[in-house]
Amino acid sequence: MRAQPNSVPDRGIVVRIGDVAVNLRTNDHAYRRKLRNHYKPFVGPMENAEFSFDIELTDSGINDPEDEVSVKRSSSFWCFQRGDFHAEWNMASNTGTIRQSANLYSIDAALRIFHTVVLAARGGFLLHAASAIRNGRAFVFMGASGAGKTTIASLAPLDATLLTDEVSYIGSDSAGYRAFGTPFAGELAKCGENVSAPISVVYLLAQGGTNQIERISASDAVRMLLANTLFFAQDHDLIRSVFQSVCRLVDQIPVHRLTFVPDACVWEDIV
Amino acid sequence: MKATFYIARNPAVAARKFDGEMMIMSCRDSTLFTLDEIGTTIWESANGLVSLAEIVASNICTDFDVQYERALLDAEAFAEALAERGIVLISSDPIPYSDLIVGLPA
Repeated sequence: MRAQPNSVPDRGIVVRIGDVAVNLRTNDHAYRRKLRNHYKPFVGPMENAEFSFDIELTDSGINDPEDEVSVKRSSSFWCFQRGDFHAEWNMASNTGTIRQSANLYSIDAALRIFHTVVLAARGGFLLHAASAIRNGRAFVFMGASGAGKTTIASLAPLDATLLTDEVSYIGSDSAGYRAFGTPFAGELAKCGENVSAPISVVYLLAQGGTNQIERISASDAVRMLLANTLFFAQDHDLIRSVFQSVCRLVDQIPVHRLTFVPDACVWEDIV
Repeated sequence: MKATFYIARNPAVAARKFDGEMMIMSCRDSTLFTLDEIGTTIWESANGLVSLAEIVASNICTDFDVQYERALLDAEAFAEALAERGIVLISSDPIPYSDLIVGLPA
C-alpha cells in the first residue's frame, strides 16, 4: 500500500534507504531544509513514498536521548520511543507521526528503528557495521564500538565506494543478500553513497599487530551477526524473521575474522 | 514432576543447527541459547510424545558415555531450565502438537 499524495506536496521530503522510501513531512521550513541537506544523497521523488510520517517539533516532554529505547506493537499500531522522541506508526495506512525536538539526531534514531522493523519483515536487517563496494561486490565490516569500523572505512582506497562507516543496510532478494548505502554515519560524520551491491564477505573486525583473515565457524558467525544486529522490537514474528535472515546469510556468504593493523595495506586483501 | 514427564519443543521459537550445535532464539526476549551435543539430542527428540526418561535411555545413554541416573537428573534440570524460558513445554502427560499450537502467543 502506498501513502496517499500530500494535500500540501511541498511539506515533505522523501528519504529512500535501500528499498524503503519514507515521506518525512513537517511544516517547519528550516527543519525541512536541514533534513533535505542531511539526507541529500537519499532524497527521492515524492510519488515513490511507501510510508509517510508527520514530524511534530516540540521541546515539551522531550528528555534525554540516552534513555532506553522502547519498540512495541499493538494490533497494527507501532510505538517507538526514546527520551528524545516519540513515534507512532499505523501499519494499516503506512502513516505515522514523530514527536521530537528540532535536531537531526532524533529523526536519525527514529528512522533507524523504523527501518529495523520494516526490514525484518522483508528478510533483511540493519547491522552495526561499516560497508563498502569494491569491484562490484560489497564488503561488510561488523564490530562493536571501537572495533575499527570508522578506521577501516577511512582507510578505504579511492576505488572503493563507502556505503556507511556505522550502520549497514542488509537487504535480501531472490538473488541473495545486498548491502545498501545509508545516511547513518559514525565518527566519519559523512553519508554513505546511495548505491548497493551483492555482499561478497562479512568481516568481524579486530585491531591487532598484523593483518590476518581467518574463517570463523557458522555458529560463531550467527552469534556475532546477532550480537551486532540492530533490533529493538519485542515481537515474536519479527524476532524469528531476523534470526532466520541471519542464518540464511551465513548459509550463503562467508564470514571471516579480520584482524588488522590500522594501515591502508589492509585493503590489499579485500578485493 | 519427575522421571515420566514429557517435553515438547515450543513451535514459537526459532532454531537452527550449525556445526552440531543447536542455536535457539527465544522469540519472547531475543535471548540466544546454544545447546551442546546432549542438549541438541534432547531438543531434537522433544516431540511431546516420548517421555524424557525414554529419551535419556534410548538416545542419550546409547550415544554418549553417561550413566542413566545421572543423565536423567541432568536432563530434568536442563528441561526445566528451558521450560522456564519458554523454549520447551513440559507436562506429566504427552503433549499433542495441536496443544502446542493452541498455546502459542498471538
